[in-house]
Amino acid sequence: MAEKGTNLLKKMEISVAEAEKRTGKNAVNMQETYTVYLIETRPVDAPSEGTNPVPDSLWRRYSEFELLRNYLLVTYPFLVVPPLPEKRAEFVWHKLSADNMDPDFVERRRVGLENFLLRVASHPVLSSDKIFYSFLTEENGWKETVFETGFQAKADSRLKALNATFRVKNPDKRFAEMKHYGDELQSVISQLLRVRALRSAAVVQCESLFVLDSEWSAIEKEMGDGLQSAGHHMDAYAASVDDILEEEEHYADQLKEYLFYADALRAVCRKHELTQYELEMAVQDLTSKKQQREELATGTIRTFSLKGMTSKLFGQETPEQREAKLKMLETQIEEGEELFVKSAWVDVERFKEQKDHDLREALISYAIMQISMCKKPLAPDALV
Amino acid sequence: MSGSVVDNTVSSGNSSAAIPTDISGPILDLDEDDDLEVFSKDTTLTDGSSFNASMQTSPASMINQYKFEEEEEEVDTKDIFVTVDNPESHVTAIETYITYRVVTKTTRSEFDSSEFEVRRRYQDFLWLKGRLEEAHPTLIVHPLPEKFVMKGMVERFSEDFIETRRRALHRFLNKIAEHPIFSSTEDFKIFLTAESGELTSHKKQGPGFLSRMGETVKAVAAAVRGVKNRPQEFTDMQEYVEAFSQKISSLDKVTQRIVREQKEYLEELKECGPIYALWSQSEEELAEPLKTVAGCVDRCTKETEEQVKHLNDHLNPVLHEYVLCADTLKAVLRRRDNIQADFEAKTEALATKKADRDAMRDDLDKTEDRLEWANNALKSDWTRWQKVMRNDLRSAFIDTAESNVSYYEKCLAVWESFLHSQRTDAEENGKVDFS
Repeated sequence: MAEKGTNLLKKMEISVAEAEKRTGKNAVNMQETYTVYLIETRPVDAPSEGTNPVPDSLWRRYSEFELLRNYLLVTYPFLVVPPLPEKRAEFVWHKLSADNMDPDFVERRRVGLENFLLRVASHPVLSSDKIFYSFLTEENGWKETVFETGFQAKADSRLKALNATFRVKNPDKRFAEMKHYGDELQSVISQLLRVRALRSAAVVQCESLFVLDSEWSAIEKEMGDGLQSAGHHMDAYAASVDDILEEEEHYADQLKEYLFYADALRAVCRKHELTQYELEMAVQDLTSKKQQREELATGTIRTFSLKGMTSKLFGQETPEQREAKLKMLETQIEEGEELFVKSAWVDVERFKEQKDHDLREALISYAIMQISMCKKPLAPDALV
Repeated sequence: MSGSVVDNTVSSGNSSAAIPTDISGPILDLDEDDDLEVFSKDTTLTDGSSFNASMQTSPASMINQYKFEEEEEEVDTKDIFVTVDNPESHVTAIETYITYRVVTKTTRSEFDSSEFEVRRRYQDFLWLKGRLEEAHPTLIVHPLPEKFVMKGMVERFSEDFIETRRRALHRFLNKIAEHPIFSSTEDFKIFLTAESGELTSHKKQGPGFLSRMGETVKAVAAAVRGVKNRPQEFTDMQEYVEAFSQKISSLDKVTQRIVREQKEYLEELKECGPIYALWSQSEEELAEPLKTVAGCVDRCTKETEEQVKHLNDHLNPVLHEYVLCADTLKAVLRRRDNIQADFEAKTEALATKKADRDAMRDDLDKTEDRLEWANNALKSDWTRWQKVMRNDLRSAFIDTAESNVSYYEKCLAVWESFLHSQRTDAEENGKVDFS
């Protein structure tokens, strides 16, 4: 790209600090309860001495985040747009009810939303988007501003086109590979999330330790050997099990983010496919028009084209005018595609680096977690 | 631990002192799924033998200390060694059954030779047990594995079932061989040495059906009568057996559940490794760490398999046997009570009835002797049994602790090597921050 967008994070601190329950009337005038999240922003170069400026803040609910993301998706179809945390709790590991009001779920969602904002704010292109900026800074009227961009209409038409089945004649190899990768990534991570192995581990180990230990002290007490401290250490261990469970959830969340990223990746590929398809269609259209004109001129009708006939009967433009239009369209699409491809490719590289870095760190913390799970039963005070 | 840890508390029959009733609560609560935090902070247990944390803290060495102390006590010289192995299937027109090879090596003079090898089936073991119980109603016979437990999908001839049973039969015979009285019975000797034909004919001897019936009727009658003046020590024994029975049953249940859950965990762990391996194939930079993680998970899976096996093959069966023991103890106490009830009834009869006094007095004396003999036998066997029980359970827990320690140490090493490999990588490439 010619110029790099300024990274918003360099200028301001962003956080999703709190979550609160609200009740209100919804679109169909029914009472509903929902959660709102407090977004706080603070300029980075605030004077550090003495003053502790109160951060600017506003409340947003999940649906507004969704709106923001949809806007970004439509406006920057060639970018891998960071994902939101899941709408409903799937892949629940620790008997969390799938209840969106559950405090644990809300807390994890808060973290996920903050993560989303930080990712967008650190993206070279997305961070300079005005709608994004006003999302962070203007509580009222933001929604209207978004709708005024008219992205909704674009979204609808794109959506329709994307959902239709179409086949590209000469698919771009690189994008096809990327899509394939996205599929594989998604599949692998879903499998990992489904395996509950991690969940059971901590529980089982805790139990087995507890039992063996209390068995031990029971028998030993009988024998009069007086080994003690079973109760005491189990207290400590039981408490630490909660920590382990939390770390497991965190690992799961990291995986989930990339599960959804895989989706975003595939979306880019799909959109590119659409662009390519449109280009191919335009080219095809133009070619058939040229052919028709030729046939008319030479008087030979080689193929009967209904389209050709109807346009002859109902068209108001001259074939030449139409042809010129098509040619322009073709050029537009071509240029658009070129830009798409170039921008997409830069972003994909950026995404790859980010993914490799993040997942590597996730694996390392996974290993650290395993190690701490193994160390706990081995601690000297644990054994006796 | 400093100082000697010799078991010298409970000497003869004074078993009431040592039953901790406060721990059985938490243990029994374990039957509920979520109650991991219900346990007593047992500060009453802080007696003189406090654990000095400044001493060697390596888990393995701590376990070794226990073992050492244990071995100090066992200075018995064994002069008879019995093994049960080599199960084989036999098919006849009527039935199919399994026989086990029983090998005896001994230096005892009452045996004609020093080595014997015979084949026995489960029925034969049952016979032996029955004979020993008949001859010594108030001695404690180690339990046999159950006849056939319809537990889930266990088949009578499944390898697992046969192997579990073989081990239990081996333990049974060894307990008999270690018993001062049982091991010198004629029945035991014949069991170990007789060829099948010999054994069958010997089995046919022994108290006939009618006399056995007579005994049963007497026993029932005695049970109905009840005992009037049970000596305190036997009441204490009964209380102990109640408490023991409850505790050991819940230990058994919990351990079985642990094994079940570990097995489930293992199944899922097995899926994990291959997924990471599959993933590594789609990646470039991440391929190497993912492959390493896959390897780590696979290794941990193997270790978990071993640990589950240990619990299943070593800890579980021992606990289960002592559950059965509890029942044996109750039966023994019952039989003793019956003898006493019989004696009391006869004493009463002598006092009230006028006819046949001489014959009755004779009978009474015999019964009195019988009672005294039964009581003494039980008292001494009780002490012996407790010692053996403690030893068995202690060994089982120590072994399990060792197996657990080894398991965690190995898994720990696996993941630390992964971290190390990533650190070296990162340092080379200046990538990751390990703070």
